[in-house]
Order: sequence, then structure tokens, then C-alpha cells
Amino acid sequence: MKASVIVFPGSNCDRDVAVSLEAATGREPAMVWHRETTVPDTDLIVLPGGFSYGDYLRSGAMAAHSPVMKDVVRKANAGTPVLGICNGFHLLTESGLLPGVLMRNASLKFICRDVLLKVARNDTDFARGYDEGQVIRIPIAHHDGNYYADTETLDRLEGENLVAFRYCDPSGELTDAANPNGSQRNIAGIYNAAGTVLGLMPHPERLADAALGGTDGKPMFDALVEALH
Amino acid sequence: MKARIKITLKNGVLDPQGKAIAHALDALGFDGVGDVRQGKYIEVELDETDPAAAEDTVKRMCEQLLANTVIENYAYELEGS
Repeated sequence: MKASVIVFPGSNCDRDVAVSLEAATGREPAMVWHRETTVPDTDLIVLPGGFSYGDYLRSGAMAAHSPVMKDVVRKANAGTPVLGICNGFHLLTESGLLPGVLMRNASLKFICRDVLLKVARNDTDFARGYDEGQVIRIPIAHHDGNYYADTETLDRLEGENLVAFRYCDPSGELTDAANPNGSQRNIAGIYNAAGTVLGLMPHPERLADAALGGTDGKPMFDALVEALH
Repeated sequence: MKARIKITLKNGVLDPQGKAIAHALDALGFDGVGDVRQGKYIEVELDETDPAAAEDTVKRMCEQLLANTVIENYAYELEGS
């Protein structure tokens, strides 16, 4: 699998996700600077976490207009899988590839800790390594992770089974107490209609190696390799 | 000319920052503070001198970048020429 990681000024998880991708694929991903106008021929595009453009104006708002994003959107619409993690999720909503928006956390605090996620579906290239309904532990690190969309959009996301992960308690219940940031309907990540674009606030690359204290993020990268060779 | 642009959250969108400001005002002893909403104010200098053309430009700026119309409204005034 050939993966490409897009690097923006202020990205800070680009190298972390590159390590996870290399561990899974055995080959280094291409690191693509945001000023490029095309992404090289690739099986997977990753928009990494960080603080592109210092979160000026709104998280992801500036980077969504970087030259490379035109080609990312084109390739995503043509079916190339895209994984947006944290600030990458901001970028996916700001560029219109995913609906909704990520607002300031309800607590107004930056939250950096492990959370529990319930896997909503496992029939995508991203999630086949998990069981449906499985509870996994993945870290979050964000100030703006409060998923918001209007009721109609939320109903559509749920009706079309486009929610990927939800914040939950250890027994898999979707409680308010288990929701770290105020996200509507405990949404932590969503897919596009085709299931080929995934945006999520938690960082699977931060728990994808036993040396980091956990491996619940690893099945995502392994599943992508399995699906995309 | 100069565009003065105000960006505000749409009605119904929760504004935790506005709430925090309301609590802080209350804690400072300001009575009678109702709902507080926080927004953004942006000034943009434009070379354009034709008001209609400037308005069209500012509208496109707001739609494409300055506001996220999923959650935000925008309003603007044009000044000078």
C-alpha cells in the first residue's frame, strides 16, 4: 500500500502517523507538502493531526484552501480513501468532504487523555480489524472536537449508518459522562456516503505500538493495508 | 474601501464561550445579564472603488473562508471609497 501524508505548516502528528503507516506497510509513506498541487499516485491519503496555520480563524479553515487540497478533494471524490485525524477531521469538514463542524469543547478546556470509543460499524476498509460494537481505547488531544451538525444532518448520518465511532463508557453505553467534548450524539468520527473518507478526532496513531502503552489503534492501519495491499 | 465584517453564531448553536463570559460578568456583579454570544469582527481593506463589485467580493470572501455557514452568519458594511 502506497500512502501519502499531507503536511501543513503546523501539522504535528504527520511523523507519528508516518511511523504507524510504515510499521503496517513496511514502506515509508510519501510526505506531501501542502504547496504541492498534486498528490502522487497513492492508495491512501492521510490528513494528520496538529494545528495547521495555528488554528487561525477556525481550525482547518486556512489549510482547507491549501493548493494540495484541490487534488485531495478530487481524489477523494474519485474514490481514493482519505483518513483525517483530529485537525485532519477539521480539514475534511472545512473542505466539504464530510458534513458538520467541530466546535470548541463544551468544557472550553483542551483535553489530552485516553477515551473509550464504540466501533459503530466494521464493514469499511478502516474498521475491518475491529468488531462491530467493540470498545477500544484511543487518545484524544484537542480543543475543538465538539461535533455539531443540524438535526437533519445528524438523522441522515445515523439513518445512512455513517457514524464511525462514538464516545462510550467501559460497557459501551453512550453516556453524557463518557462524552469528553459535548459532541452531538457522542459522535467521535464519521464516514462519507461511500465509506471511503473517515474523519475522527481521536488519534489511532498514538496507541498503535505496545511501547506507547496500547495497540488499539493498530488494527486500523493493518486493516487499511489488508484492503489496499 | 473598507469592509467591516461581523461573524456570529447562528441561533440554536450552543456557544460555550458566550456562556462562560455571561458567568464571568455575573461573578463580577453585573446584574441582569441575559444570553451572551461571542463572534468575530474582521476589517478588510479593498482596492475596489465600485460598491456593487466590493459587495460581491466581500460576500464571496465570507462564503469561501471567513464564515463557516454551517454554524455562522455573516453581515458586513462597506465604508469609504
